Amino acid sequence: MNKSIYSYIKAMADTINENKDFLTQLDAEIGDADHGTNMARGFNTVITKINENDTDVSDVLKRVGMGLVSSVGGASGPLYGTMFLKASNVAKEADITQEVIMNMFKAALDGVKERGKATRGEKTMIDAMEPAYEAFAEVINSGGNLMQALENAVKAAEEGVEYTKTIIATKGRASYLGERSIGHQDPGATSFTLILKSVLENYKN
Amino acid sequence: MVGIVIVSHSNKISDGIVDMCREMAGKDQIIISAGGMEDGSIGTDAVRIANAIENADTGDGVLVLADLGSAILSTEMAMDILNDNSINIEIKIADAPIVEGAIASSIEAYLGGNLESCLKKAEEAKNFIKLNKK
Repeated sequence: MNKSIYSYIKAMADTINENKDFLTQLDAEIGDADHGTNMARGFNTVITKINENDTDVSDVLKRVGMGLVSSVGGASGPLYGTMFLKASNVAKEADITQEVIMNMFKAALDGVKERGKATRGEKTMIDAMEPAYEAFAEVINSGGNLMQALENAVKAAEEGVEYTKTIIATKGRASYLGERSIGHQDPGATSFTLILKSVLENYKN
Repeated sequence: MVGIVIVSHSNKISDGIVDMCREMAGKDQIIISAGGMEDGSIGTDAVRIANAIENADTGDGVLVLADLGSAILSTEMAMDILNDNSINIEIKIADAPIVEGAIASSIEAYLGGNLESCLKKAEEAKNFIKLNKK
């Protein structure tokens, strides 16, 4: 990685704060109107638990995961918490190569799927996260670089968010709405995509 | 003694359920409220739940009654956190209505029931008939 792990988490926190009202608005349409508030509270807590001089990627990700688990409040707490904790387990290598990052991504995806007992097509963050991972892995496995992998992953995640507009929610609070959830994009898929995009932007700049 | 932990998005709900259970299950029965967030806002906190489970265990296991959505996810996360820290407690989450299940299972625990029988009592509360409709 080209920059400190702190800078990546900070970029995530900034993008969540910038999109706090937008995420809450999306959640108001099909859920309980707290996604933006919850995620912002989580990332604002997390950012106080790490600092710029931290070099141990695994340790930082662990603190981020535990911080989210105990401060987000909604289902995104255990889901995003698991994402970071699973990535932390894989990030114990001294050298975080692009292959290690791919494995972190995979462990995070598997962790979220298991925690939420969700699969693709249920109008959840998995609809953005799984295609993003697949696009990422395809680039890395065919010898491409991290920049290209991240760019393709963001594009796939954005397509995933669009896809969530076309399907009925069967998980979480939105499932109470049934067919009325069609036409609305999933807040969790959206926040995941924003976070992934912030990683790409931070890598680039 | 089986410990009982109440997980709700609202601390007022979990505190209130504990009060209701106490009326019948006695003051010595372990029933711990793990509702809401540290700062009092609505939500569930896996770390708070993990601490409550640890405090509720006397070696005979802990039964968790939870409301909905993230209460279940956060409880499952709490179980993983305890496991990752090598804290071995037998834990069951009851698939039961939180108020009725809590009362039924805390009485069972107070009467000396084991974790399985407390779980059964909680889950039977699902079929409890409140109205005799003709």
